[in-house]
Parts: sequence; C-alpha cells; structure tokens
Amino acid sequence: MKHTLSVLVENKPGVLARVAELFARRGFNIDSLAVGTTERPDISRMTIVVDVAEHSLEQVRKQLHKLVNVIEISDLDPETSVARELVLAKIKVTSENRSEVIEIVDIFRGNIVDVSRESIIVEVTGSAQKLSAFEDLVKAYGIRELVRTGKVALPRGK
Amino acid sequence: MTGARALVRSLEEEGVEIVFGIPGGVLLPVFDALYESKIRKVLTRHEQGAAHAADGYARVTGKVGVCMATSGPGATNLVTGIANAYMDSVPLVAITGQVATNLIGTDAFQEADTTGITLPIVKHNYLVKDPADIPDVVQEAFYIARTGRPGPVLIDLPVDVARGELDYRRRDHPVLPGYKPTYKGHKKQIRMAARSILEARSPVLYVGGGVITSGAAGELKKLAVENGIHVTHTLMGKGAFPESHPLSLGMLGMHGTRCANYAMCETDLIIAVGARFDDRITGKLSEFAPRAKVIHIDIDPAEISKNVRAHIPIVGDARQVLKELNAAIAEIRAETKPADRSQWNAVIKEWKEKYPLAYDRDNGLKPQYVVERIYALTKGDAIICTEVGQNQMWAAQYYPMEKPRRFISSGGLGTMGYGLPAAIGAQLGSPRDLVFDIAGDGSVQMTIQELATAVLEGTPIKVAILNNGYLGMVRQWQQLFYNRKYSCSCLERERTPDFVALAEAYGAKGIRVKEPEEVDAAIREAIKAPCPVLIDFWVEPEENVYPMVAPGAPLYDMIGDLLYPVEKVHPEKAEEPFL
Repeated sequence: MKHTLSVLVENKPGVLARVAELFARRGFNIDSLAVGTTERPDISRMTIVVDVAEHSLEQVRKQLHKLVNVIEISDLDPETSVARELVLAKIKVTSENRSEVIEIVDIFRGNIVDVSRESIIVEVTGSAQKLSAFEDLVKAYGIRELVRTGKVALPRGK
Repeated sequence: MTGARALVRSLEEEGVEIVFGIPGGVLLPVFDALYESKIRKVLTRHEQGAAHAADGYARVTGKVGVCMATSGPGATNLVTGIANAYMDSVPLVAITGQVATNLIGTDAFQEADTTGITLPIVKHNYLVKDPADIPDVVQEAFYIARTGRPGPVLIDLPVDVARGELDYRRRDHPVLPGYKPTYKGHKKQIRMAARSILEARSPVLYVGGGVITSGAAGELKKLAVENGIHVTHTLMGKGAFPESHPLSLGMLGMHGTRCANYAMCETDLIIAVGARFDDRITGKLSEFAPRAKVIHIDIDPAEISKNVRAHIPIVGDARQVLKELNAAIAEIRAETKPADRSQWNAVIKEWKEKYPLAYDRDNGLKPQYVVERIYALTKGDAIICTEVGQNQMWAAQYYPMEKPRRFISSGGLGTMGYGLPAAIGAQLGSPRDLVFDIAGDGSVQMTIQELATAVLEGTPIKVAILNNGYLGMVRQWQQLFYNRKYSCSCLERERTPDFVALAEAYGAKGIRVKEPEEVDAAIREAIKAPCPVLIDFWVEPEENVYPMVAPGAPLYDMIGDLLYPVEKVHPEKAEEPFL
C-alpha cells in the first residue's frame, strides 16, 4: 500500500542522509523522495512515498519521529491533499512527426521547453498516473532522456 | 577563547567529572585544554575500552558518560562501544576529533566519515563547523543523551574548529523543535490499564532496563506488592525488582527460569514496563504469550507494538506512568473487587518449587558454584559487571540483585570485552563499592589490556574469569545445534594465556583456582586486596547454561535441566485457558 508522508525537517546538513539511512536500514521501500525548502528558511519539507503495509507504516512514522531533526510528520490522504509530480522528457522527433508529438503534449497540458532538429524537451506536471500515461504515449517516438521529480504534496484547505 | 577551551568549559558546565579516552593528532587541542581542567582524564588502552568505561560509569551513576577519541581509527575503535550504549539506551556523549574542515572528504590522513559511520548507532550526532556553535552543541548533546529514551550522542570536532576562536555564549535551554519526549502517560489509557490489572486473574509484570533508567523501582515495587503481581525481568531489568522477593520469578527468556517462562505462556495480562520484547525474551514470536492482553509502558513510542502488539499502549516515563497507574488503581479498587488470583499463585508456587535453577554440584569446579560463592562472600552487595556469553548468563542466574544499577552487562549488542572496562567505569562512578567483573576467558581477552588502566587509575576491580578454555556459549551452541563440531571455539586453556602471569605483568594481582575448596579463600583474598585482582577459575570446560530455550523455539520448550526431565507444559492448550 502506497502512502505519502509529508515530513517537516530542520534545514540542517545531513538530515536527508539520516532519513534515507533510516529507510535503508529498516528495509522500508521508498518509492520517491522529494526535498525542498518551505516558506521558512530553517525548515524543509520532504515528501516521501513509501510502499508499506499499515503496520509497517506506523513503525516508519515512529522511527522517523525519533530523528531529532524531524519536526512533524503527516500521512497525506489522497482525498484531502494535492499531489503533483513533474517530468522532463527529451523526445526524439522528426520534421514529420513533430506536430503529432506537440499535439500529445498539448493534450497533457505540457510545455515545450526546448526544441532542436532531432528532439524536443517537454515538461508535464500532474499525478503519477498522468505522467505514466504520457510516458507511455510518447515512448513510441523514442525517449532520449527522462527525469521525474518524485511526488510533492500538500494537504488541502486551512 | 579557543574552540577546545569552549568544549572543556561546556563539559564542566554539564557537570562532567571524568572523561575516558585516548588523545591523537587532531584531538590534541582538546587534550591540551583538558590539561588545565579539574575534569579527571582516564587514559584507556583502547578506544573501545574508553567507550565501555564511560558506559559502565553512566549505568552505575545515572549520569552521562563521556568518552573521547581522535579521528579515523580512534573514532572507528569507539564504534563498538557507541553501538553497545545505543542498544542498551545508555546516556553517553562521545567526542571525536576530525581532520580540518578544508580536508574533510579528501581521504586525508586519519580521516573517517565518523558522523556517517555512527549514524545508525547514535541517538543523534553533530559535525561542528563553527567554533561558536560548540557551547550549544555540547548542551544539546547532553540534553539529548540523558532525556527521553537515553542514548549515545556523538560530537565530531574538526581540528581547525577546536583551534578557532569564539566568544563563549551558551543558551539557557537547548533549542530542538523536533525533540519532545513524552513523560506523562495518557490518562485514559492509564485508567484502562488499571482496570485490566484489577480484572486480571494471572497477571505478570515484565520489566526491563527502562525501569532502572527512569528510577521507577520504588513505584514498581508498590505496584507489584500492593496488587500481588509476580514480576519477571529481562537481563537489563536485573535489579529493578528485588530478586529475593517472593513475587520475583527471576529472569525470563532464553536462559530464564522455567517458572518465568511458563508464567509468560499462561498469563492473561502482561504489564510490560521499559522492556522491548527482544527476541531473546519472546522466543518464537508467534507462540509468545498466546492468551495475554498486553499493557506496554515505554518512553519510546517506536518500541510499542514493534514486536508484540500492545492492547493498551502507554507512552511515557516508567516512573511517572507507574506513579499515575498506582494512583488510578487505588481509586478504582474502591469500586471494583480485584479478581481472585489464588489459583494462579498456587501454580506459580508449584513451578517455583519444582523447577529451581540447578546444576550438578558433584563433579569438579563448576562456574555456577564460583558465582554463588562470589554472591555469598560479597553478601550480594557487589556491583557485578559481566562479559558476554556463558559467564554473563551464569552471573545473571546465580547472582540475584536487590537494587537497581548494580548489574552492569551488555544486553542488546552482546559485546564481548565489555565487562572489564565497564568495571573500571563503574568503580570510578562508585568508588566505595566492591566491583566484580564476572568474565569468560574468551570475552575478557578482547579488552584485557585495560588491566593496565585499572592498575594505573587505582581502581581495585576484581576480575573473576570463569576459564573453560572455550568460547563457551559458542561451544554450547555447537554442541546442541551443530553436532558437537567445535569449529574454532576452543582457546586451548593449557597453552594460552597464563592469566595469572598476565595480571602480574600489568601490575595487578593474579590468583589461580582449580579446586572447589580453593574458591572461598581466593575470593576473600581478592576482596581484601586494595588493588585490581584477577582470579583465574579453571572451571569444568563443557558445563552448559541451563535451562535454555533454543533459538526460534517457543518459551515453554525449555531444554537441558540436568536434574529435571525435559517436558513441555501445556502447548496443546493454546485454545482453552489454563485456569
């Protein structure tokens, strides 16, 4: 079962290593982990997607809480939170199929951020499923290089 | 002032009396600053010894132990001792030197990524980059080490930071937004627990090191005695409840008493306090305490329901929670009649009488006998440190403890070589007490060089080696589970080493004992001697620690008592209640 944890941590050196080490050592599987600063420069937010059973999730949370630099952990419910991921994909194109690819990018509300004779780079944001669907579609043209950010998420409202 | 001076001043402000350690290149500014300080410097012969000595000191005194080592090999030698303290929740601050900040990450001479290496075995660690941070880092480190669930904290100090200048300024309180240990238990949960305790027909208190750490022995005794609840303890919980008390069941688990283990199999309510259901305690997890409801009191929420599901979890400090629990029980007792436990008490009594700890006293010098005599001649009032292995288990079985903080043993990590340096630390922490290290010939050789420390520091510790010429527990397992193939477990007692000569080489006193008749005189002589004494007891080489629950077996399946038939108690009754 996949869970999205939103973890506020002190913005100090080594915090990411502590978190990653904890997961590695205890055998919890991280699907994705995205870190960035928040509105407060001394605090960062980690969005961690883990694939664990309910019982293990409790252990994950408790063990994370034991890290001195971890301030707050919330388990984001997909119903009441907003989650996004960004993909940058360099797609092989020819002069014949370029417009076809651009059409697909448009449908996915993506942006073209670089164009060359043989490839274009596009950015698409959305849910993991949407990005995977996009990847699937453009695979036929040839993906030169691709990178995904991992999920970032925030609870709705308040 | 310099960073090093600030470090020493911070240590002084924390009330540090002793540091254990070894200097080295990058740590020289610190040792230079220590030279002028009133803090006692204890030079050990190996950094592992420094960490264990600080650990032993911390366990006996309840204060934070401090050890120091230089960068690279000094720091990596500390690692075992730090891991040991982590597993047993011992408050420790380890200070390591580090290469200059501009060299960090270049594989400089004697460089190791100490914060990286120790990450999984510390409660927290710091790499100090700015001398101005030193006072606050030290304050935070001590605060983290001793509060909540105690544990080791490491401070890695680059040499240029130690040499750098700062204006000494220290915060009033540590600022740690993410660190808020829970001390008070949840009121409603405590009331639920109180009700369950009164309703239980066969409750058992299962207590661990947390009771000792939090100073909860008094409240524990009150809970047990006022409600007539039997108590079993872990190795770490030895001394939490007086073992001579009629309600004591002794230790449980792999080498626990039959009575304690049977009680766990049949109990309807486990009240776990400051204990973590380690695999050495539970045996086969799926068959552990099949009928029991579990109340789990622990300051570390991550321990609750980690191995055994708790029906009533209570996060908090053991002393605080037990105090509240005792109050709640007193209140509820007025309106509820406690369940009848006469049948349970009768069964326990029968088990106790039928299955005492026992060994064959007739053939040769038995290690159990040696421990019994140490107990008798020290009137049960010595601080007992142990090494790890058979010696440790015999010490636990045959040296009952009445008070906390007097049984000092490596529980979680099972670190061979722990006992001798820990005894030095214990003796320094409690100079008036008699300190014995009950040792094995294998284990003690891992840190035997600390005899030199004991001699030079004038700590009159007594090392009683139960010398069987084997890595005894390894040999026991090979005998029982590996067809008696003693692969690499024989240490050839006849040839190496001559412990008496070795003790004397270090300037300690050495005594050898081969016959039961000589035991008392040797122990008496050791107790009288004002110096470190090593007694080399040549015990029966193939004596085993019994009873025993084989690894992975359920608790009722105990093997090996020589005097009583091996029997299974009620495994078939898992469905129907025993009482």
